[in-house]
Amino acid sequence: MEVGQMQRQWVDYTKSLFLEGLLDGQFLQLQQLQDESNPDFVVEVVSLFFDDSEKLLNDITRALEQPSVDFKKIGAHVHQFKGSSSSVGAQRVKNGCIPFRNFCEEQNIEGCIRCLQQLKQEYYLVKNKLETLFAMEQQIVAAGGSIPMLELSF
Amino acid sequence: MLNSTNANEAAAKITALVVDDSRINQSIHRKLLENLGIENQVAGNGKEAVDVHCSGKQFDLILMDMDMPIMNGIEATRTLRAMGIRSTIAGVSSHAHNENIQEFVNAGLDDYQEKPLTISKLISILQKVNIN
Repeated sequence: MEVGQMQRQWVDYTKSLFLEGLLDGQFLQLQQLQDESNPDFVVEVVSLFFDDSEKLLNDITRALEQPSVDFKKIGAHVHQFKGSSSSVGAQRVKNGCIPFRNFCEEQNIEGCIRCLQQLKQEYYLVKNKLETLFAMEQQIVAAGGSIPMLELSF
Repeated sequence: MLNSTNANEAAAKITALVVDDSRINQSIHRKLLENLGIENQVAGNGKEAVDVHCSGKQFDLILMDMDMPIMNGIEATRTLRAMGIRSTIAGVSSHAHNENIQEFVNAGLDDYQEKPLTISKLISILQKVNIN
């Protein structure tokens, strides 16, 4: 495939992630911060997000399995998850944290379990899509092209 | 682009300390500052921020997270002010304005911005930095 075609595919794919609400403007901010001095900035930050998220999801899962559930602790984990997902622009993950925190405050275990399942789904979906996006970027660079700057407005 | 030459020149002498336990936010905040030409370093929690100042370092700007282990941003801000630190301290946390940030502001903040921090929020903070 020629570079121009790969770049067009990359643009379409990126746009679809915004249109599906998986990403928001904060992700664009990160892309705009990336420059020649640090060409892997977005990949690095998103990798940190993946590491953090998986640790948090494990911690929340374990905490919900305890005979006496510590809702305050789970609420703190969810708050942290909301912060990290909003920092990278993972909008649907961030949005999933809001009802989850409310269920923690209400000490509603069924609600918490349901929210955790949904949060996991949203997280693994955006992770998968971002990995695809980064793989496309690698192919463009390997073929001697550059990543097009997106001018999106919402 | 917002990081114009003028902004870079104005920011060239400013030094900043990023206080945050999240590596994600550390990376983003440092990059935001770097892109504006602002020299910066990181403290992983409030206690580290206090320790850096005890060792004699001073910064023009401190970007302070609120929820952190060991020492949170409220206590760190209060401690730094009690030590006579006059730096511009901007609270940056994911708590919305209407949540319990009043205690944080009262601890001695000059500004408060809700996360995620962006170039425009940082520029608005920088307008409060007093370089003497």
